[in-house]
Amino acid sequence: MNSPHLKPSELRVRDLTVTHGRRPAVHHLSFALKPGAMMAVVGPNGAGKSSLLRAIAGLHAPSSGKIEGVVPGQIALLPQQAALDRSFPLTCRDAVLFGLWAESGAFRATPKPERVEAALDAVGLHGFVRRPVGSLSSGQFQRLLFARLLLQDAPIILLDEPFNALDARTATDLLAVMRRWHGEGRSILAVLHDLDLVRREFPETLLLAREGIACGPTEATLSAENRMRARMMSEAWTEGAEACAA
Amino acid sequence: MIWDTFIAPFAEFGFLRRALVGCLTLSVSAPPLGVFLMLRRMSLTGDVLAHGILPGVALGFVLAGLWMPALAIGGLIAGLIVAIGSGALARATGGREDAALAGLYLTALAAGVTLISWRGSAVELTQLLFGSVLGVDDAALLLMGGAATATLLFLAFAWRPLILECFDPSFAQAVGVRGSVWHLGLLALVVINLVAAFQAVGSLMAVGLMMLPAIAARHWAREVGGLVMAAVGLALVATVAGLLVSYHADLPSGPAIVLSAAALWVVSLIAGPVDGLLARHRKRPHLEG
Repeated sequence: MNSPHLKPSELRVRDLTVTHGRRPAVHHLSFALKPGAMMAVVGPNGAGKSSLLRAIAGLHAPSSGKIEGVVPGQIALLPQQAALDRSFPLTCRDAVLFGLWAESGAFRATPKPERVEAALDAVGLHGFVRRPVGSLSSGQFQRLLFARLLLQDAPIILLDEPFNALDARTATDLLAVMRRWHGEGRSILAVLHDLDLVRREFPETLLLAREGIACGPTEATLSAENRMRARMMSEAWTEGAEACAA
Repeated sequence: MIWDTFIAPFAEFGFLRRALVGCLTLSVSAPPLGVFLMLRRMSLTGDVLAHGILPGVALGFVLAGLWMPALAIGGLIAGLIVAIGSGALARATGGREDAALAGLYLTALAAGVTLISWRGSAVELTQLLFGSVLGVDDAALLLMGGAATATLLFLAFAWRPLILECFDPSFAQAVGVRGSVWHLGLLALVVINLVAAFQAVGSLMAVGLMMLPAIAARHWAREVGGLVMAAVGLALVATVAGLLVSYHADLPSGPAIVLSAAALWVVSLIAGPVDGLLARHRKRPHLEG
């Protein structure tokens, strides 16, 4: 878990459109995530931030456009907690072990149990190996998902609202984990709502409102003018929208 | 006394021994499937599929009379159509899978009842729905054994993917687990188990042997492996108890076994160590940390 086995490749999103039905959630978006970059994705609700991450992770087929530089098994996604069954009868050990799926697969023996303990220790869950997942608080559960990410050991990491509704201590600890990933040269793309946090931690930002409003150094991207444009875009919902010609 | 109550019926009557062997076999294979259905919040799906089997069984009955292979094959085909068809229909039309399942099984149930009442009598209908221990012949035993073997083999291979699919479907998809394949395999085995069980306990009652021990197991274990073992244990006890009750009280075997499983469920609800009523209301000092 010191440095990734593989250096991240550059992730290039070209003219990407992701739709739910025919409505575009992400509309003709282009940007690049350089190897080792740490970029925040910011935008109003419904701006397509989660859809973008899911498309890059290969969970949602784009309706047009391209995502280049994606190698299977080299991207790890932290999903939003609401998508998981948190009362599932599983121990923390087993839940984290799924991070080693690339090595263990469906049938092979689980490699090196001490790596699970190390990952749990690294996110502040020392001694949680035998605890049922259902007994964790939402902060502890988020730490657990980070431990799984640690084991996945992917060069490109996608985080969907990683610090939402966490107490200050948990947020600080998990931020430290993320900084360590950055230091190890991994690429990070994170959906965030807290603009102060973005300005403090992220060198680059993508401002999204279905279409890309701006992408680049955080301070310039998050200018008052850009944010206003993003808000106007997201509130526009045309009832009788025509088919997009672009 | 003990001999007369517990051993003699099986020692004296060959048909009861056969029913015992068959039902014990199913007790090993059906409850683990029930556990996975429960974990996927599909506890009622078994019931739906049991109804879905009916028109196939009825068609077999109309074509071949009470001849087992025809009934079993018919049931298998009809059940698989409902199980796989509802998933495919939901994906093709963007509707919800539970709605498609409800639509298909209601159609199937009405068609099945119509077919049986067209050509059969009420007695035969009862036998198809609720089973008869007298009906367990060699073919039925082989079918039960085959169903159990297929189920246990499938679970051995599908164990991890099924659990991952239930717990975190997006993650499963991201790491390349073909969730829908394992899911369909699970549903197909549910159908096979129900078909295998319907001679001994009837297609509707077979669901009871699948789901009740699975639901009761929640009060005995906290992990998937423990749940499966508890469910199998409870089902084995329910099977022996149910057949004995059925013999001594002269009741149909299917309902007797399911009622025994229900009794065990009530015991689990009250006395089970995990979230049982007694465990919840017993005052114990809280732990230090």
